[in-house]
Formats: sequence, structure tokens, C-alpha cells
Amino acid sequence: MRVLPMGPTAVLVEDLGAAPAAVARAVNGLALPGVVDLVPAAETLLVSVSSAASLNQVLDALHQLGDLDVESGIGRRVDIDVVYDGDDLEEIAARTRMSTDEVVARHSDATFTVAFCGFAPGFAYLDGLPTELHVPRRQTPRTRVPAGSVAIAAGFSAVYPSASPGGWHLLGRSDITLFDVDRDPPALLVPGTQVRFVPV
Amino acid sequence: MSIEVVDAGVLATVQDRGRPGWAAIGVPHSGAVDAGLAAVVNRLVGNPDGAALIETVGGLTVRALEPVTVASDVEPVARSVHVGDVVRVLGGGRQWHYLAVRGGIAVDPVLGSCSTDTLSGLGPAPLRAGDRFAVGPEPESPPHGETVPVRTADRRVRLLPGPRLDWFAPGTLDVMGAAEWRVMSSSRVGVRLAGRTLARAVPDELPSEGLVRGAIQVPHDGDPIMMLADHPTTGGYPVVAVVHPDDVAVVAQAPAGTTVRFTASP
Repeated sequence: MRVLPMGPTAVLVEDLGAAPAAVARAVNGLALPGVVDLVPAAETLLVSVSSAASLNQVLDALHQLGDLDVESGIGRRVDIDVVYDGDDLEEIAARTRMSTDEVVARHSDATFTVAFCGFAPGFAYLDGLPTELHVPRRQTPRTRVPAGSVAIAAGFSAVYPSASPGGWHLLGRSDITLFDVDRDPPALLVPGTQVRFVPV
Repeated sequence: MSIEVVDAGVLATVQDRGRPGWAAIGVPHSGAVDAGLAAVVNRLVGNPDGAALIETVGGLTVRALEPVTVASDVEPVARSVHVGDVVRVLGGGRQWHYLAVRGGIAVDPVLGSCSTDTLSGLGPAPLRAGDRFAVGPEPESPPHGETVPVRTADRRVRLLPGPRLDWFAPGTLDVMGAAEWRVMSSSRVGVRLAGRTLARAVPDELPSEGLVRGAIQVPHDGDPIMMLADHPTTGGYPVVAVVHPDDVAVVAQAPAGTTVRFTASP
């Protein structure tokens, strides 16, 4: 575990020895006072606290994580219905030397896990994309990607919770509501949630 | 309804303390860019520090539809306004200004906050001419006078090492401390600075990681960006340094074209 400085009231922790989302869930479970935000990301966990004093408590807890079963409490599973008619489906098929049916099969056979959220409220980076489908972001981002678009880029899959600019490749669309401020929790997909895509 | 927007000016939004605690699901903190100044202006009219008020870059004009008590950082004293009278908050001097109405601006909170988040679109839309707002119930404290702190333009800003300082050439913090930094552009998301190109020691792509307000990210073009209230929760560029939380407002309040200086702290 490596603790990197992020000002007097935050640290960035890497080499966690477990998935950042799992560590975040374990630390959240301790309900330590003064913790403002725990933000798991691709390889790190940001710990943000209300005062420098709270920081030591969180760091002590992280050091003792070996005693916790960080893999426990794997998130619940969400199935998402997808119409695979995305604008980039054929391009991805050509690029990966597969048929579009094969691309759909690879994407919908995989079980994904929400690694972390970011970019927009409810936007979940889904780990578990088959390596054959690992492609970089589009050279030119679209100025508008419709809400519900199911996409891949940079080793992740994702569903756009709302219409926004976006540089990911679009495989299909779903009509699932990913973010609703009147729902508790507002985000359907939180770090640790398991996701499968179901072709319809 | 108590007040009506006559002219929303450049950018005017409702702000309070924001919505901390939701960053793990991608929700920015948001809230007043200069929370300290917002608290001072709120206190002028007897509001609690974090009451919802109007944040503006300038050019804001509102009209009273009912008798209200208002104060701003531009006119830092509680003032009773009669029906039909207008209140103006012109720009200048600093980037972000605040207009408080006694009782607070009453809008429906979203995830516990009335703040407009310009990045994600959460919260009320930015103000437009014709918008009408109610104010909340009378606070217990009476309005009272208070002097708004005046910041000197050349106040130094403490700069602390960031998590990826070692991705930059040795001595980068000193280089940042020695340079004069010009504010190129400023928004609620961040402040773009130019002064020195910060040379990278590690050219790798950085997997996205969490950000805080005051974090200074360095994109490929080398011009640093200091994160502000509506910053994205994660970012894919290395954070070279972090501005001390007590000094973030100094940089945030520097208008485009002016300069700021950093003092490197260990």
C-alpha cells in the first residue's frame, strides 16, 4: 500500500492489494467519523476527510484491511437489456476481425463488475470486457451521445446515464434509468455491482 | 415569490454548501466557489453560513416582488429593499460575487443541495431573466454588519506536493513557486493557468483517479488546471500539486488575465 499526498485533508492510496471498490466498501462499512468521500478509481482510492485528524484513523483502518475480508459483500447483480444496433458496431467488428454477431456474443457473454464511477453522475466503468474488445477511445469524440448508449473503450464497457459528449464506441442502446436523484441510492450501478448485458 | 431576475448577467447560479459525499457515484461536490465569501455575505443578512444564495460573475440585476433584505460582497451591508426596487451586482475586482437574500433562496434540493452543478447539470438551471424565486423562512439571527475581507492581488498561495509530483521533472514544485502564473480562463469547473511548461519525467498514460478541489492537473499541453467546485470526480491527467484548501479561493477569485504566485510548502 502506498499513500500519496493530496493536500491536508485527502490522500490517494495505491497498491491496495485488492480492488479499490472492494476496499472502499470495506472502509465505508467501518463508518469512521470525518470521512467525506471515498472515491475508488481504476487503481487507486481517494480518501477525503473533513479534518486532518480523521485522516490517521482512515489510514490505520486501511493498514488493518488485511484483517478484513475485502472480497466479501460482492455487489448485487443487474441485468441490462440491450438492442445491439449501435453506430460503431460494424466498425468494431471490422477492427477486431469478428462478425457483428460475434462482437455482440463476446459483449453479452461477459460478466462485468463496476470498477468505479466518474465522468458523470451514475456513469460506471465496467471491468470484465473481453480482451478482444479492448479498443482505444474514438479519435474524434461525438458531441452528443444519447442516454442509454451501451459503449466500450479503453478496456471498459459503460452505459451513458444521460446524453452527453462522449468518445466511446457505441455498440447498442438500453432504456434503463441509471441515475435518478429520487431513488436511494441514486445510481443503479455502484462500485462492486455485477452487470450482464442481455441482447433483446 | 420574492425576487425576479431582470438580467442574469454572465453566469448566475444558486449555490449553497454543495453535495459532498456522492463522489463515488460520479457526482461533483459543487457548491459556492468561494465558500468563505458566501458565508460572510450570508451572515450580513442573518442567514446561516451555508444558506442558498446567488453566485454571479457579474452583471446580475434582480427586482424585489416583496419587501426583502439583501446584501452582497459588492455592497457589504444588509439593505431593506422595497417592492419594485432593483438590486444590481456588477462584476469586477474578483471573479465570483454573492448576493444573499434574508431567508435564503428557496429551491428544491437535489441530493441534499440547492447548488447548480454546471458540469453534470444537477440542481436548478442557471438563472435566466424572468425567473422568480421565493425565499425561505426568517432566520433567527437579525441582520448585522460585517466587513468583507479584501484580498490583495499578490497574496501568495501555499502549494503542497500532489500525488503525481514524481511524474514531473525534479524541482517542479520550486519551478512552480518561482513562476508567475497568468489566469487564462476561469469557470466553476477549474482555473486554467499559464506560466511555465511543466516537463514530465514519466510520459505514461494515467488511469483515471480521484480529484479534490484545489488539485492541479497537468494535461498533455502542459498548462495546469486547478480544480474548483464543479470539478469531475475523477481525472486522467497527473496531479502535480494541491493548493492549500484555505488558499484555493485566492486563485479562484483571480480574474482572467491577472496573475497569481505560489509558495511551495513541503
